[in-house]
Amino acid sequence: MTLLIEESAPSTQEKAHKARGTVRLREHLMGWLFVGPFALVFLALLIAPLAYALYLSLFRKKLIGGTSFVLFDNYVKAFTDPSFLSGAWFVVRFSLVAIPLQIVIALAMALVLDAVTSAFARFSRLMIFLPYAIPTVIGAVMWGFLYSRSFGPLSDVFGLFGATAPDFLGGNLIFYGLVNVVTWQWAGYYMIILYAALQGIDPTLYEAARMDGAGRRQIALRIKIPLIAPALLLILVFALIGTLQFFNEPQFLRFLAAGTIGPDFTPNMYAYQQAFALANFNYGSAISFALGGIVFAGVYAFLFFTRKRRSFL
Amino acid sequence: MSAKTKRLFATTAVLTAACVLAACSSGAGSESNAGASNSGNDATGNDATGNRASNCTNTIGKKNLPVVTFWGWYPNMRLVVDNFNKQNNEVQVCWTNVGQGGDEYDKFQTAISAGTGAPDVIMIEADRIPTFQIQKALVDIKKYGYDAVKDDYGPGAWKDVSIGGAVYGVPVDGGPMAMIYRKDVFDKYKITPPKTWAEYEQAAQKVKDAGGPLFGDLGANVPAVMMALQIQKGANPITYDPARPESIGIALNDQASKDVLDYWGNLARKGLVGTQDQFTPEYISGVVNGKYATYISAAWAPGYLTGAGVGKGKDTGKFAVAPLPQWDPANPVQVNWGGSAFSVTSQAKNPELAAKVAYGLYADDESLTDGWTNQIIFPLNLKALRDPDFVDLTVSFFDGQRANKEVYVPAANAYKGMTYSPFGQYYFDALTKQIGAVIEGSVTGAQAADRVQEDVANYAKEQGFTVQ
Repeated sequence: MTLLIEESAPSTQEKAHKARGTVRLREHLMGWLFVGPFALVFLALLIAPLAYALYLSLFRKKLIGGTSFVLFDNYVKAFTDPSFLSGAWFVVRFSLVAIPLQIVIALAMALVLDAVTSAFARFSRLMIFLPYAIPTVIGAVMWGFLYSRSFGPLSDVFGLFGATAPDFLGGNLIFYGLVNVVTWQWAGYYMIILYAALQGIDPTLYEAARMDGAGRRQIALRIKIPLIAPALLLILVFALIGTLQFFNEPQFLRFLAAGTIGPDFTPNMYAYQQAFALANFNYGSAISFALGGIVFAGVYAFLFFTRKRRSFL
Repeated sequence: MSAKTKRLFATTAVLTAACVLAACSSGAGSESNAGASNSGNDATGNDATGNRASNCTNTIGKKNLPVVTFWGWYPNMRLVVDNFNKQNNEVQVCWTNVGQGGDEYDKFQTAISAGTGAPDVIMIEADRIPTFQIQKALVDIKKYGYDAVKDDYGPGAWKDVSIGGAVYGVPVDGGPMAMIYRKDVFDKYKITPPKTWAEYEQAAQKVKDAGGPLFGDLGANVPAVMMALQIQKGANPITYDPARPESIGIALNDQASKDVLDYWGNLARKGLVGTQDQFTPEYISGVVNGKYATYISAAWAPGYLTGAGVGKGKDTGKFAVAPLPQWDPANPVQVNWGGSAFSVTSQAKNPELAAKVAYGLYADDESLTDGWTNQIIFPLNLKALRDPDFVDLTVSFFDGQRANKEVYVPAANAYKGMTYSPFGQYYFDALTKQIGAVIEGSVTGAQAADRVQEDVANYAKEQGFTVQ
């Protein structure tokens, strides 16, 4: 009998083992089944094109002499190419002005809308958010018309005072013209994120603060803003990535200001021109990756520094 | 790193990667997708005997004939294609409009790079022919019926579509340049159409002094005009022998080029001409409102302006046209802006059949007549140019003036043709940038010409050319 038991014991154990194994396998399969569709799309539409672009960027194709493997020559060229560098410098300067501006405006609006509860506030929230819902292309074209000196409203406004309207599509003011378009488009979106974060704060905190004698301003500065710091950080990262990739607005305003906005105005536009107008897919890919590197470095540095300032976070 | 920041960082890294890709594809992707889908169409339907009607904008009547695919953008292309298909018992045309000018070139460029997806026949502007030819994307169609039609076009028209001894396109329409002007403005300030550029400047000054409108416009986005005007003064920007394709002559800063840039830069600086980008709503509204006394433009401009609403309503009959002002009236030079051709691509399955289409597509009387009566293009086919109906046409845009007879036909006949650059897009981008700088006042015309020269010569060297 003992023998029998001894003999049967391993077999039951084995069975249980096997059963558990099948369950695990099934779980594995189920997991893959769920991840599979995403993984396929991710590989096919993100990783594969990126890998191919990286591969392309290691070659150089000349009109005379054909294609040759040049390793990182295209990158060396990009970082010594005045067109790329001036474009990159432009978006860096642009980020330094446009991002703080957008965030300050978004924060101010969010705080005001959070403090006021009325039907008008709801309406305003929607209206402030609306520009984000308008396609960038249409937004850019619309601003092109608004900036127009012959039939835009600016000329009428300035005409009232006998002055000529500034040319926001001209070389001197295009920077501010674009800052305005981008701020108009994105501030409302950031405002909604900040507003949602503000709504998530426990109102009892305000009550406690008030009992301690804090005014509205102090509540905003010492409670609300510190508590929505993660949301602020998030929109900063969004803005940083978005702004360094600047493409749509200048690309479409170009049709109204070709002399001011050249094909190398921003690195993205430059990559586009190289690849699709000049058939230089290799260099276009290299520029894209170089820009990707800059964005990555910028965002990493940003997160690194904000991580150190724990008091802010 | 706290767990929170770590997570945020990971998310950001993924976001960054996603956005890098988005950057590569936000504008670019749509183009390459278009290319890909076109190649898909082509792959499924590119059977020389099959019927590809399902992929065509037009309906093919004769189902059993071989089909040639064709990209073109004329508004009345449907009629032209239908005419051809009706009259032809050998081949049928499957037409697609993939966009005008740059849009189409970008798609063609993608198809060239991909090695598949291009049509058999493509409409391109003459100044782009060398760009595609040097990439071996076009076929020399001289041996496929050139002799039969060579007398249908003038030497200038043929030169624009030829490289060396080879022919890479069939001329379709041209853009002999002239001076369109406002009669009412000229009458009001008592000036007659200037015959020379010196007179043009004097007249501009006179109108300005009297408080009149701008006399013309220096648009940075029309580098082809600047190039044409430089050639008019004697510039010879590109010398290029396809027998030795690696060697190219680039002379973009010779005295003539500098003079012309300086001339226009001065007009702009003195406030005699505007500096508005052309083809923009801003410019068109200016033309509509009489902001410009003249428009230095091509023979297709009246059609374009009419389409944009110019010369209608209260402005009816206010426009007239005069020959392009000259530098040396004793030796007038006529130049060209724009114009297009039908080329056979090297992806054509049957180049001979494709060449038949290219030669025949815009050659029948009905299509030609429709071209110059309804579309207001300027045909290069001598059948039209010599047609009394065309020559004596009273153009309503010009208040019944016989514009063809008085101005455009002589200009077209005197046009000698030119050699375009195999990297025309780069040259035009560089020129656009420098015209912008001239307008801004940061450089003189002469300095701008030097910069264009340096820029384009560097590009040429980078592309493997030896620059003469």
